[in-house]
Amino acid sequence: MNDMVGIVIVSHSKDIAKGTADMVRQMVGSEVRVAFCGGDPDGGLGTNVSLIIDAINDAWSPKGVAILVDLGGAETNSEMAVEMLQPERRNLVVVCNAPIVEGAVMAATEAAGGSSLEQVRAVAEELSAG
Amino acid sequence: MMLETSTANGEIITGSVRLIHAAGMHARPAVKLTKLAKKFHAQISIRASEAADWINAKSVAKVMALRAARDSVIEIKASGTDAEAAVAALVDLVATDFPDTGQ
Repeated sequence: MNDMVGIVIVSHSKDIAKGTADMVRQMVGSEVRVAFCGGDPDGGLGTNVSLIIDAINDAWSPKGVAILVDLGGAETNSEMAVEMLQPERRNLVVVCNAPIVEGAVMAATEAAGGSSLEQVRAVAEELSAG
Repeated sequence: MMLETSTANGEIITGSVRLIHAAGMHARPAVKLTKLAKKFHAQISIRASEAADWINAKSVAKVMALRAARDSVIEIKASGTDAEAAVAALVDLVATDFPDTGQ
């Protein structure tokens, strides 16, 4: 099988991040790499740059990684995480402007078909374009 | 369930199948249909009623938005080298109620 774009889910809540990843695995299948992170290290709500970097590296694929986020800080911290990646990986990671659950399921469905990172992002973002 | 071949305008393969899934064309069936459609090179369109516009079967957002109810008839049309196999596979997927493929 060809490489598939990986998916990273970043929520303020670890439960939401994990639940979204479960939905992707159950609905789309386990052939797409999915990683998630959420919550601060003390168990509260929040997002954390180094955990996001770990998740990106976990979901890594030569075709790239699409990140789905929930609110404000998840997006800015994800962008910061991308900036801190190894230079050769930076251009292969995008933060999608899409609702986290629907975007993750649709992005993973597109990724499972072997689509490029740009196609995966476009499918996830179709939801907010309408 | 039927398959029909029309050679009038290129080769367009069509099929139709009744949706027996209890919940209709909701999220999980939509994902399965889209994933299967993407395995073929053919251009594949579906619609859930004669009055509806054809939509791209490879677009998960559009397939999910179909909201086809149980017992509606899904029409499928495809053109391209593997169109016949694509229509047969998709008809089979719907007719067998979207079985888990173990992927």
